[in-house]
Amino acid sequence: MNITNLFKIALKAIGANKMRSFLTMLGIIIGVSSVIIMLALGTGSKATIMQEIEGVDPGALNVIPGPSYEDIDGNWLPEYSQTITQADYQSILEKNKYLKAICPMVYTSGQFINGKNNHSGSVQGVNNEFLDINGLSISQGDMFTDPEVKGASKVCILGKTVVDKLFPNEADPIGAVIRINSIPVRVVGVLKSKGRTAFGQDQDDIVLMPYTTVMKRMISQDYFDMIYVAATSKEMASLAKQDLTEILRENHKLREGDIQDFRVNSLEEATSMVDSVMNVLTLLLSCIAGISLLVGGIGIMNIMYVSVTERTREIGLRMSVGARTVDIMSQFLIEAILISVTGGLIGVLIGSGISYLARFVLLNFTEYHILISVEPWTVLLSFAICTITGIFFGWYPAKKAANLDPIDALRYE
Amino acid sequence: MAQKPVIELEGIRRDFVVGEETVHALRGVSFTIHEGEFVTIMGTSGSGKSTLLNILGCLDTPTSGEYRLDGIPVRTMSKTQRAVLRNRKIGFVFQSYNLLAKTTAVENVELPLMYNSEVGSRERRERAVTALQRVGLGDRLNHKSNQMSGGQMQRVAIARALVNDPAVILADEATGNLDTRTSFEILVLFQQLHAEGRTIIFVTHNPEIAQYSTRTITLSDGKLREDRMNDTILNAADKLATLPVEEE
Ligand SMILES: Nc1ncnc2c1ncn2[C@@H]1O[C@H](COP(=O)(O)OP(=O)(O)O)[C@@H](O)[C@H]1O
Ligand SMILES: [Mg+2]
Repeated sequence: MNITNLFKIALKAIGANKMRSFLTMLGIIIGVSSVIIMLALGTGSKATIMQEIEGVDPGALNVIPGPSYEDIDGNWLPEYSQTITQADYQSILEKNKYLKAICPMVYTSGQFINGKNNHSGSVQGVNNEFLDINGLSISQGDMFTDPEVKGASKVCILGKTVVDKLFPNEADPIGAVIRINSIPVRVVGVLKSKGRTAFGQDQDDIVLMPYTTVMKRMISQDYFDMIYVAATSKEMASLAKQDLTEILRENHKLREGDIQDFRVNSLEEATSMVDSVMNVLTLLLSCIAGISLLVGGIGIMNIMYVSVTERTREIGLRMSVGARTVDIMSQFLIEAILISVTGGLIGVLIGSGISYLARFVLLNFTEYHILISVEPWTVLLSFAICTITGIFFGWYPAKKAANLDPIDALRYE
Repeated sequence: MAQKPVIELEGIRRDFVVGEETVHALRGVSFTIHEGEFVTIMGTSGSGKSTLLNILGCLDTPTSGEYRLDGIPVRTMSKTQRAVLRNRKIGFVFQSYNLLAKTTAVENVELPLMYNSEVGSRERRERAVTALQRVGLGDRLNHKSNQMSGGQMQRVAIARALVNDPAVILADEATGNLDTRTSFEILVLFQQLHAEGRTIIFVTHNPEIAQYSTRTITLSDGKLREDRMNDTILNAADKLATLPVEEE
């Protein structure tokens, strides 16, 4: 019998027992829709995180003051915030072997005033390597120069949100002098907008100034809040981390067993951690989905046995008019596959529907802008899994049907 | 008579092993049936009629003995080969019709041709319609099996047995579930098919029916007790005319 006719027979058999077929599919529907939703959430979160660090130098590292919380049992002392010194910065500059960019950073908050407009936010004191390391760029004007950093010039770069607040009439901010904590500062550039993070944080609400200016003229602080660095490449990041650690330990005269009073974090480690967390999560969710598919498959197997028993006489008749073993076998296999794949199709529709609804709700009604998206490969995977489920769980019932003795089958009451 | 043999049986035995015991359902049956014969196989219940018919229809294989269908030796064939042989050479008519439920007459009749890849869907439909017209159901092509009377269902079954143009039509108690009048209507149809040259083997335990066939083979306890050509063959249509028409 040809495949089209086999499909017609299977459709008819399923149609004859609509409710039963639907209930049988339910396991598959739940399994597949959860696979789709989980994978959409997984890939969406990953894409969102990746998007956030897009442009950031892949070899980026941070040097942060203070020991790790585990080393001090959470007993943070005020002096821990002051362990990255000017001397450390100098040593890194002189001794580093694997770095291509180094940017010290001091942080303060500020009140920004331009005439009648004012806004408050944070100020980062940095040098001109800040942009490259963090994947930022200037959309208007220019970054402040090295001499301006050395000379502690009163210049600044504004983020888009700050520009919008201080220059509401689309006036040109470049060259304007604003007041930051009552110090007059000249605007030399505007950062290209980055929008909000997935967790709702406005990345354009930022003001950059030379770190020297902040340290000398604004907060008179002689330690750094952080040092941004970039290794020569992503692969060099872990060597660079070792190198930085050695330089600073030497500077801080730390001996074996002493609590290390600074930390070096690399972007590479952070992303691979995100990756492995995501992978574990995906694996876990796949297991749950797998179990529901297994349960669904067993449901199919059960109903196929019922179907074979109910149609014993029909099988006998088909055999008596010339159906071969392979004809009967394929008839029931196709029925099982069709139940499973139809369940899969409904599952894909429901799963995608819920995924995109969740995406819509997240984007429009919350601050969590996770770009949930159903990847085509997950749909293909679902159909492949359903086909395999159908074949696997349909096999024994189909074999039972095909191995029936035609005479016994015809006589079956 | 130089008709060619359709069925040749030599020393057919069929043993069934049931637990410790062996049931000898057929104990060495031999006969030859030629093209164009209308044979009734008679015998009491349990005499081995159905067992014999199943062997003739290649649904079952003999424990020993030789069987040639249309010249082809069947005993050594594989399961698949026998399925193909049934598909091309045999037409079955069962006591309980065995139509597919909720399926139209024409689809039921098409069924054997579905398992013949040499017949395309157009030809399949045409042949099914022709077969249904032949049994007088040309106006009920799309009636479903559950919308028909017993007699009509058996006609559909006969059309299904005809549609592959078989070497032999095998009927097991084909009138067993029908009232007298309908039985004779079916018998008229069989006589007509015989008149057209079809080879028919009709199993029954009703001696009256044997009078309408050309030859009667009687089984008793798994053995051939009598094999007799009928001198006077009654006409089923005449008998049907004498039967009272039942009120609807
Ligand atoms: N599959 C079987 N297993 C065991 N015994 C069987 C089987 N089929 C038939 N028989 C036995 O073979 C004998 C002949 O049966 P059957 O051919 O059905 O008789 P009939 O059709 O003439 O009534 C009976 O005794 C029956 O019980
Ligand atoms: Mg019988």
